Amino acid sequence: MALLSARDLTLGYSDRTLVRNLNFELNEGNYLCIVGENGSGKSTLMRTLLGLQSPLSGKVLHGDGLRAQEIGYLPQQTQVQRDFPASVSEIVLSGCQTRLGRRFFYTRQDKELARQNMELMAVSDLAGKCYRNLSGGQQQRVLLARALCATRRLLLLDEPVAGLDPRATAEMYQLIRRLNREEKITIIMVSHDIAAAVSYATHILHIGDTVFFGTREEYLESRAGREFLDPQREDRMNMKVRKKKQPVRPAAGKEGKE
Amino acid sequence: MIAKLSLYLSYPFVRYALIVGILIALCSSLLGVTLVLKRFSFIGDGLSHVAFGAISVASVLNLTNQMLFVLPATVLCAVLLLRTGSNTRIRGDAAIAMVSVGALAAGYLLMNLFSTSTNLSGDVCSTLFGSTSILTLTRQEVWLCIALSLAVVVTFVLFYNRIFAVTFDETFAAAVGTRVDACNLLIAVVIAVIIVLAMNLVGSLLISALVIFPALSAMRVFKSFLSVTLCSALLSVFCAGSGILVSILAETPVGSTIVMIDIAAFAVFALTGHFLGD
Repeated sequence: MALLSARDLTLGYSDRTLVRNLNFELNEGNYLCIVGENGSGKSTLMRTLLGLQSPLSGKVLHGDGLRAQEIGYLPQQTQVQRDFPASVSEIVLSGCQTRLGRRFFYTRQDKELARQNMELMAVSDLAGKCYRNLSGGQQQRVLLARALCATRRLLLLDEPVAGLDPRATAEMYQLIRRLNREEKITIIMVSHDIAAAVSYATHILHIGDTVFFGTREEYLESRAGREFLDPQREDRMNMKVRKKKQPVRPAAGKEGKE
Repeated sequence: MIAKLSLYLSYPFVRYALIVGILIALCSSLLGVTLVLKRFSFIGDGLSHVAFGAISVASVLNLTNQMLFVLPATVLCAVLLLRTGSNTRIRGDAAIAMVSVGALAAGYLLMNLFSTSTNLSGDVCSTLFGSTSILTLTRQEVWLCIALSLAVVVTFVLFYNRIFAVTFDETFAAAVGTRVDACNLLIAVVIAVIIVLAMNLVGSLLISALVIFPALSAMRVFKSFLSVTLCSALLSVFCAGSGILVSILAETPVGSTIVMIDIAAFAVFALTGHFLGD
């Protein structure tokens, strides 16, 4: 049976339906990328898969003995976290909170697990550093290490490269691919970055006006994919982005800080 | 000066004040970091005004043990306020402002309409600024205070890891199966208990200072949650202890003296943090 499957999911809020009759399946070891325009219901789907929100109808089924809490999550960063006084090791260790059960404190095994995951994400040497002083890429790696403490089976990543510079973005994608290939962790990633989605993912779920689910190859052949990947459309989008960003020049300031 | 101090310390009511003051300071600083980061710095103010309203009701009803009424009423309001924080219809800060002003007005009105005392403005003033109540504690009140403080500290230590998880990232905590609602409820109840306790020390208008200043000071210098928490607890105890002693020697109001020392400590920590570099 599939690790995670959606049956006739209808998502949205009481006054507005975002996605209708969504069906898809995810098997162990898959790398699923969820793409779609803003407001198409990507975050709502994400919250539903995590069990934070219930669907209007239909259901999410867990298979292969996957428990609902066994989904590791990499959320988008919040304002609170940017000035939170916490060391890297404290944050990674907090990923073990599922393992607490009825206990109040973390055991030696929990701390060992946190240490291993910090090593895997190459943040061991930052262990005593303050989270808010790290670069964007380092912060994401810390949060990934935390998610890995919660699970070794399925990771849900919400826009993992948002706000990262190009080099950190590339590193992040490499890291996620390594987790998928070498550590055999199933990945679900929500992303705007369609180019990255088709080059790394094994499966694509496109939601919006047209809904598509299938392998990467099928997506490239499909109408939804061709429209979304249409070079002219891409150009139009880039024009919009450039117009918006030019006066502020955010990239220059960011590089200086890293 | 030493002679004067030891003379004062030989009075039981001064010793009571010192014990209670230090315990209250310890408790109120513990949740400071969580409240500041959750953008609930003003919940102390809101709840203390609720407690003020509740005290007015209790004194109008002529209850012998006001605590029995004030504590549950404040806990209830704390639960409601933290609940609206996650509900978007009325944002957290607006809800706090509404409740706090409403309770303050209602309390003062009640005290005026049904006053049993001859010195009304004196009563109100001491409830708001806590000018003398700390020096008039009975033995029973001191024990109650010690018991409640112990309960607060033990609860905080036991739930430290969960409080950290919920403060740092509520969504992640919920996603991996931590019962976030239960944790927030616990935080609300503990805050309410702390507020009711602290009213004795600094009065309802100055409580926020006791809750947030130690945490903000510690956050200037320390970088991990554990060290910030420990530092703010120690700092708060130090400021309260020295504040009480200074106020005895210089005959100043207890509450405002403690707050002034807290502010001075904040200035020192902010400067230190600045020179250590971020």
